[in-house]
Amino acid sequence: MSVAQSEALTFECETGNYHTFCPISCVAWLYQKIEDSFFLVIGTKTCGYFLQNAMGVMIFAEPRYAMAELEEGDISAQLNDYEELKRLCLQIKRDRNPSVIVWIGTCTTEIIKMDLEGLAPKLESEIGIPIVVARANGLDYAFTQGEDTVLAAMVQRCPSKVDKEEEKQERNAIQKLLSFGRKNEQDSPETETEYGNHPPLVLFGSLPDPVVTQLSLELKKQGIAVSGWLPSKRYTELPVIEEGYYACGVNPFLSRTATTFMRRRKCKLIGAPFPIGPDGTRAWIEKICSVFGIEPQGLEEREAQIWANLEDYVQLIRGKSVYFMGDNLLEISLARFLIRCGMTCPEIGIPYMDKRYQGAELKLLEETCHQMGVPVPKIIEKPDNYNQLQRIQQMQPDLVITGMAHANPLEARGISTKWSVEFTFAQIHGFTNARDILELVTRPLRRNNNLKDLGWDRLVKEEAKV
Amino acid sequence: MKLAYWMYAGPAHIGTLRIASSFKNVHAIMHAPLGDDYFNVMRSMLERERDFTPVTASIVDRNVLARGSQEKVVDNIVRKDKEERPDLIVLTPTCTSSILQEDLANFVERAQLEATGDVMLADVNHYRVNELQAADRTLGQIVRYYLEKAKKKGELPEGKSEKPSVNIIGMTTLGFHNNHDTTELKRLMADLGIEINEIIPEGACVHNLKNLTRAWFNLVPYREIGLIAARYLEEEFSMPYIDITPMGIVETARCLRKIQQVINQQGGNVDYEEYIDNQTRFVSQAAWFSRSIDCQNLTGKKAVVFGDSTHAVAITKILAREMGINVVLAGTYCKYDADWFREQVSEYCDEILISDDNGAIGDAIARLEPSAIFGTQMERHVGKRLNIPCGVIAAPIHIQNFPVGYKPFVGYEGANQIVDLIYNSFTLGMEDHLLEIFGGHDTKEAIHKGISADSDLNWTKDARAELNKVPGFVRGKVKRNTEKFARERGMDEITLEVMYAAKEAVGA
Repeated sequence: MSVAQSEALTFECETGNYHTFCPISCVAWLYQKIEDSFFLVIGTKTCGYFLQNAMGVMIFAEPRYAMAELEEGDISAQLNDYEELKRLCLQIKRDRNPSVIVWIGTCTTEIIKMDLEGLAPKLESEIGIPIVVARANGLDYAFTQGEDTVLAAMVQRCPSKVDKEEEKQERNAIQKLLSFGRKNEQDSPETETEYGNHPPLVLFGSLPDPVVTQLSLELKKQGIAVSGWLPSKRYTELPVIEEGYYACGVNPFLSRTATTFMRRRKCKLIGAPFPIGPDGTRAWIEKICSVFGIEPQGLEEREAQIWANLEDYVQLIRGKSVYFMGDNLLEISLARFLIRCGMTCPEIGIPYMDKRYQGAELKLLEETCHQMGVPVPKIIEKPDNYNQLQRIQQMQPDLVITGMAHANPLEARGISTKWSVEFTFAQIHGFTNARDILELVTRPLRRNNNLKDLGWDRLVKEEAKV
Repeated sequence: MKLAYWMYAGPAHIGTLRIASSFKNVHAIMHAPLGDDYFNVMRSMLERERDFTPVTASIVDRNVLARGSQEKVVDNIVRKDKEERPDLIVLTPTCTSSILQEDLANFVERAQLEATGDVMLADVNHYRVNELQAADRTLGQIVRYYLEKAKKKGELPEGKSEKPSVNIIGMTTLGFHNNHDTTELKRLMADLGIEINEIIPEGACVHNLKNLTRAWFNLVPYREIGLIAARYLEEEFSMPYIDITPMGIVETARCLRKIQQVINQQGGNVDYEEYIDNQTRFVSQAAWFSRSIDCQNLTGKKAVVFGDSTHAVAITKILAREMGINVVLAGTYCKYDADWFREQVSEYCDEILISDDNGAIGDAIARLEPSAIFGTQMERHVGKRLNIPCGVIAAPIHIQNFPVGYKPFVGYEGANQIVDLIYNSFTLGMEDHLLEIFGGHDTKEAIHKGISADSDLNWTKDARAELNKVPGFVRGKVKRNTEKFARERGMDEITLEVMYAAKEAVGA
């Protein structure tokens, strides 16, 4: 590619005055994913208020999460942290009996320097429930990075083979006494023969169970076995990790988890684009195959067939422009997919850009732009929402992907928006779910097509003071 | 430390932001970490606000922890001053800045030197006050600030308006039905020949605050927000205030009679008795409803009421006094104002509960088994679980509690709305109950249309398990579509792969 020099991606960094969710929001999807967990957010009313409102109706479903709400006595250390946490954790143990309690450290515990990592092992041995500490606070992280901090802490709890054997024996002994009828997870689900001979592969990233099944099946078609997935459905089923295992991420915001796999557990990281969109999914599988020296089978046809099925949606967005304000770190992958669909993308805002972990994804983005013959986007790290709104006003993009704080005001000014948070909760991974992404992306455009003749695009009186 | 799943009143800064964003052209800057600007989402979503919420954050991050906010806060204030030219910037502390103990007052002074607008530090402590108290304080603070400023500059207007006039204090953004209440109060005042001097803070301009003193009196419709400002105006400018919430027929009349008294004391000559009588007996439907057979059926039925002080007190009085319903428990989460609450409701209910623990109120409801609940969204969900109908009368609320249609709670139209709310809650419960007694709507099984529910296709164990993961309300559709897909291709077994292939085959 000869034009590469002038057409390389550019990176800028703004002030970081942007709107996003607090990373403690990860408890909302992680407590559902890890069925035997309990998440305790150690923070203030501010944290609680956010969760209560952001989680909406989920809050009424007796969630396995709670606030350890700090009071003035906790802040001024008139109360003893250890005793207080012990009291609450015993209450949780009594009421819910979880297999793990995850403590979420917040801004407040950071500032008052509450030594959660130090307290946890002591309390753990005293009450007999594992306590995992994740510092998912707004001082350091944005939104989905919360999951990253939790998973990075969990990597360290994954058993090695030896642990697993010991634990099994121990548990067998106890379980024989206590509970018969519960099935042991000894029998391995698949026979080895269906798969090629490759070193064990562990995937990381929290996805809804159906998507886990779908991605595992895609790899199975290539003869690749997924030996474990972090997180698993239950804390007690965390995957075995040994030195030399391969690990691969499914989401772009998991850079700490990836680092922990490499540094702490001596795993080899497969740096691939993320399986978002048919192009991303194919590239993801191809990369894993290439690492294992496997020739991928039937991928090209599979991708082509998915694209053919997307054509009605792609038609709606082809040639249109999309602007990412940036708040959940999925932006690069989504932009790459949408450019492949024929959109243009002048700017991608993103809270944090790990150029190493996202290296393959960035490369694919660049290649995609060249292949589609569109200019490469400017990537803005730590964006400034105010400046962005000025630029949006100038560029008048056909679609702005943004948080709820800006969506209604932009719509009132005649600019179509899609709420970014939906991408984190919808099923968007793999071949099967590509249509769901476009379902989201095209929704405002389809809606506007339905209403276009009414003459109501602009619904503010004076010209946009943004 | 307290184990908490749910809270009724939000943290202090939410109150300050509600006040700041209610005024026109006032900007709030939160001293807060990333993600604490969730207020903007709530305002944009719940109020379906067309304009950008005038709230930004001066982000507290690692660097700030290491070196202090230093220039950052000042820069952010000055920058916002240039960008949007607000009349006032309110620097808003959060729980984080409360513990950092930086000298925010000093930052405000420094920023004031460069800013063309006014700059102020909201005087609220996260650990001492909640959302409602903070809102009350911030409103008081802003009113005091502008009146003192005007006094110093000699800009305070002389005397009173010619005709009787009123300031309505305490209407805010994100307040429960506040916008409709404002319209209804305006209408009510117009009917009485009272001019509206100022309505604050919603839609008000800070430069007009100096005109507050021209009103004959102040009306504070809600117990939670506005009293501090009203008391200040009484002390400093001898302005009388009325804090009777005109909610329900009896209380509306009491409020109007008090207004009459206050105006006549200042040399007015008004008599509202005929108006009250006409409205009560003929215009509003609420009094007639109390007399009608429908309402007779409600006599002695048990209800539980829970909410903020204003609404819980008003609804308790309406239920007990105007409809003959037996309020078995009245409660509020405004613990700081417990004495007033007790005094107001003690003669209208059997039991009083002052608590901000949703578990306690949930248990009380389960124990008392009322026929209807009037509470917040939390009580609505308790009601769902226990199969008891619930009318929502107070925040915390969801988007459906910000109706587009006209639904005030105050004044005579408010009384009508409350009748509907109460009556609908009870009849729905009755209907349910009757259906149960007579064995449901229709016991015959519905006849299946189209594809039969029994399938000739064989689902593998995996596929069946996967199907069960699909949410119930679409499961039938997924099943039918998958089977249709399989039939068309002559497959007789449905595996996981077939399921996904069906999904991929265009919204099949």
